[in-house]
Amino acid sequence: MSERLFGIHGAALELRSQRMGLLTSNIANAATPGYRARDIDFNAALAARLGGAKQSEAVELATRYRVPTMASLDGNTVELANEQLAFAQNAVAYSATLSFVASRVQTVTRALKGE
Amino acid sequence: MGAPVNLFDVVQRGMSAQMVRMNAAASNLANSGTVASSEQEAYRALRPVFQQELDSSTGLSSVRVAEVRKADTAAVRRHDPDHPLADENGDVWESGVDENTEMVEIMESARQYQNLVEAMNTAKQLMLETIRSK
Repeated sequence: MSERLFGIHGAALELRSQRMGLLTSNIANAATPGYRARDIDFNAALAARLGGAKQSEAVELATRYRVPTMASLDGNTVELANEQLAFAQNAVAYSATLSFVASRVQTVTRALKGE
Repeated sequence: MGAPVNLFDVVQRGMSAQMVRMNAAASNLANSGTVASSEQEAYRALRPVFQQELDSSTGLSSVRVAEVRKADTAAVRRHDPDHPLADENGDVWESGVDENTEMVEIMESARQYQNLVEAMNTAKQLMLETIRSK
């Protein structure tokens, strides 16, 4: 139902939210020895999601380990600047997607009211 | 403690871990002048060891302090026969704490703490926007 109503934006919003959690995990583990930073390949995840895969499957399929610009001695691959950048970008994209969803809801509400 | 359930759990545990790290560094700084009568008794810097805590169902992973270890820093011997703790050779053992290392540790920890707070604030803002949209 929600898929037909929101189209690509519903799936995108869910994925953005999931990616935000993953990036937060990276930031939280910035000092954990041996931690390997992960990220979601958003394009791949969205394509899988639109191809009929479930949210969890799509995320699992598109989750990748980050390749560090410069590996640290303790095996941790979190680079805080990059994570913050990705986080900010993801937040903006989330906001954009959210406004698409909201305007869609508004359109349908208007149609229902017959204004 | 179980696996992290949501984003706030991740941030909270990350902040707690950083607090432990900051406390340990502060303890080390406070003990940087501590003197002991033998090399074994001398104060050694405390170092928390972080460990990832992964929840495979949500893909979130937070951090926890696996253990607090004593660092392998050598104590410094100082000849001071008048000191009440001096051994038979007239030596006392000062803690092997490097103040610079500890200051850097605290700074790094504070930075990462700030990052977590910022990430949490942004996420919270987005969540509120989502809830309030109609």
